[in-house]
Amino acid sequence: MTGTQAEATTVEEAGKALPPKLFVSISPHFKATETVSKIMWTVVACLIPPLVLSVFVFGFQTLIIALVSVVSCVATEAISNRCLKRPVGTIKDGSAVITGLLLAYIIPPGVPYWMPILGGVMAIYVTKVLMGGIGYNMFNPALIGRAFLVATYPVAMTSAWLPPIRDAAVFKYMGAGVDAVSTATPLYILKHYGIAEVIERFGSLSVIYRDFFFGWRPGCIAETSALVLIIGGLYLIYKKYITWHTPVSVIASVAFFTWIFGGEKFFTGNPLLAVLSGGVIIGAFFMATDYVTSPTQVTGKLIFGAGIGALTVLIRLKGGYPEGVCYAILLMNPLTPALDRWFKPKRFAPQPEEGA
Amino acid sequence: MSAETLSTFPMGGIHPKESKELTEKLTAEVVPTPSQIRLFLKQHVGAPCKPQVKKKDKVTEGDVVASVEKLGANLHSGVSGTVKGVVNALHPMVGNARALVIATDPEANPKTYSPVDWTKFSREELIAKIKDAGVVGLGGAGFPAGFKLDVRPDVKIDTLILNGAECEPYLTSDHRVMLEHPKDIIEGAKIMLKILGIDYCAIGIENNKPDAIQILNRAIAEDTLRNGYKIVVKPLKVRYPQGSADQIMQAVTGRARPSGVRSSVIGIILQNVYTTKAVYDAVALGKPLYERIVTITGKGIKRPANVMVKVGTSIAEIVDYLGGTTPDLAKVIVGGPMMGFAVSTLDIPITKTTSGVLFLTKDEINTEPHLPCVSCGFCVDVCPMGLEPNNVSRYVEAGRGADTEEFGVDDCFLCGSCAYVCPAKRPLVQFMTMAKNSIRESKKK
Repeated sequence: MTGTQAEATTVEEAGKALPPKLFVSISPHFKATETVSKIMWTVVACLIPPLVLSVFVFGFQTLIIALVSVVSCVATEAISNRCLKRPVGTIKDGSAVITGLLLAYIIPPGVPYWMPILGGVMAIYVTKVLMGGIGYNMFNPALIGRAFLVATYPVAMTSAWLPPIRDAAVFKYMGAGVDAVSTATPLYILKHYGIAEVIERFGSLSVIYRDFFFGWRPGCIAETSALVLIIGGLYLIYKKYITWHTPVSVIASVAFFTWIFGGEKFFTGNPLLAVLSGGVIIGAFFMATDYVTSPTQVTGKLIFGAGIGALTVLIRLKGGYPEGVCYAILLMNPLTPALDRWFKPKRFAPQPEEGA
Repeated sequence: MSAETLSTFPMGGIHPKESKELTEKLTAEVVPTPSQIRLFLKQHVGAPCKPQVKKKDKVTEGDVVASVEKLGANLHSGVSGTVKGVVNALHPMVGNARALVIATDPEANPKTYSPVDWTKFSREELIAKIKDAGVVGLGGAGFPAGFKLDVRPDVKIDTLILNGAECEPYLTSDHRVMLEHPKDIIEGAKIMLKILGIDYCAIGIENNKPDAIQILNRAIAEDTLRNGYKIVVKPLKVRYPQGSADQIMQAVTGRARPSGVRSSVIGIILQNVYTTKAVYDAVALGKPLYERIVTITGKGIKRPANVMVKVGTSIAEIVDYLGGTTPDLAKVIVGGPMMGFAVSTLDIPITKTTSGVLFLTKDEINTEPHLPCVSCGFCVDVCPMGLEPNNVSRYVEAGRGADTEEFGVDDCFLCGSCAYVCPAKRPLVQFMTMAKNSIRESKKK
């Protein structure tokens, strides 16, 4: 008798131990651990080493510029989402931080500290939030931010370059006026004075390759060391967050077209110098691979990258600016939906013949 | 077995955590006969059955209690007892559905069956026996096996494939059948080869079941009455959804089924290994399909197990038999984690197609809201049909689900690979289903 009672209690308790609600949802019921914010924060991590390096190349103010840029991007997203009554939590996904870093990385390191704020508002509010937020922007936000600054402050944006510091005096440029120290980028010299002048200023070609690869030359934060950027990009490829197609196609295309058209005669251009100068490496690995504004399929990615390379070389050789990666990517961005439509994945099931 | 020799399908696919170690080594144990069973009149695809018994009728184990004229399968009582009538019960896939209730007579002895020589039966007799026994595909869809095997004479079939991939994580019921009844499966294959009038059968098994591959190979080698049939085991790469019809047919034969046609068009008949065992039971033993092995698994149940239960047994009774659920249970899924159906209660009867019940705990489920599509393209990379779930989902969000036919939505069989990899956690299977519905509705107009 006691046994039966005890049993009854147990059954009742077991019934009570059941959770009040079972969650119900459509399949699948478990998912991979990758999330958008995990991917974005990994990209942020891959972008930190170039920043650290830039402190030693251009001085401590690069850190301030990067900080101002990131804070203004994140703040713009938070404030505009607040005003538009959208969830403010989106700032935690890391994409605004990436935009902030990239924006800081592609403007000259000698600009006034307030300048990234304007770029950040343009990048986040106009390019991203107004288009509908993450996933809906047609253009790369950081690049629009830079393009806006170039159009608004052409002098600062094309001349506030700094000669690399070689004595670890990282606070050298902190107070100095831009005019006092500004120099010209290798691409500017190449465009206006030719390769002989570049060698005159930066040493023999092998010295140039070494310095550009490891980071000692005038340029943006992201134009310091190709090596550091490539390591970051390769890590993203290793993590399968991006594929090799776009970066390889951008770099190969820049090298190819520079080789053909970049010299005095056809087929005499210097492809290696072209790839190591300007924003080719950061553009190839970190901007042309932006999910939202680049194609998803292999053929589309290859054409997208080749187009960026071709436009970059065209702008560098024939355009008004010495560097063209930014505008090349911005010109290819709106082609993304068309490329995705033209180059669809191969279907598993054989399709009936057209018109059959 | 070197990796190079493993067949697999040509595109997409994922490799989720298998979690089969919870139950793969556990012999199927017989759950005591429940006090009552509830048999859904519509167990699977095809027309619903009509009850052939009245309230208070006495039935014995194996009696036909409901049947159907059209495409469908007979329904048998798994217990001896008394018919209580027809009630509404919760069906894991369709919601409320009509079910026949039979109260068990506790005094009744279990029925026993002994094998006969099936080779004496003609093709028509074999098909009739399979249809009478209510055999349906036990892998999931539940297509009536007798109808599938009754191929029109003008359709040319050259290959029978037995599906032993069991690519869904957690599930081990097909695995246990292969280990515990290898000879029945080989005999079942021979029965189906005789019906189809062909001599080649390939058994596709994912390579994470080396013991099943070995045991079936041995059963084939030891089979002395081969009648010229060639039965081979094809080890397959462990890759979800290897066990889906199109994928396993392609992996085994290299043939891809064109959109919108039956697999018989490419000369293949595909049956699950468990269905093959049921075909053997139906023909050689004369035993109808009224009980099956179900994998009860997950961290949310005290004692995971493979259980042999009568069709119609309530999940709640099986849970009680296995010692109950854990306090942090948060989700119950009928079927596997990739394609199964979440249910809101444990008071749900097992059907012929229930291969498993999965109990997930609080920290194993995802309740976070999803983000907009960021166009990473991961879903396109893993789609085994070469579709674009990203674009379909955006069309559906924009209210243009009916315009998604160009993306091949009809080919989608809801495997869930896209939603599994989506970093924005978008419910892509739901978007696909909505797109399918929109297309269907727009065609009606």
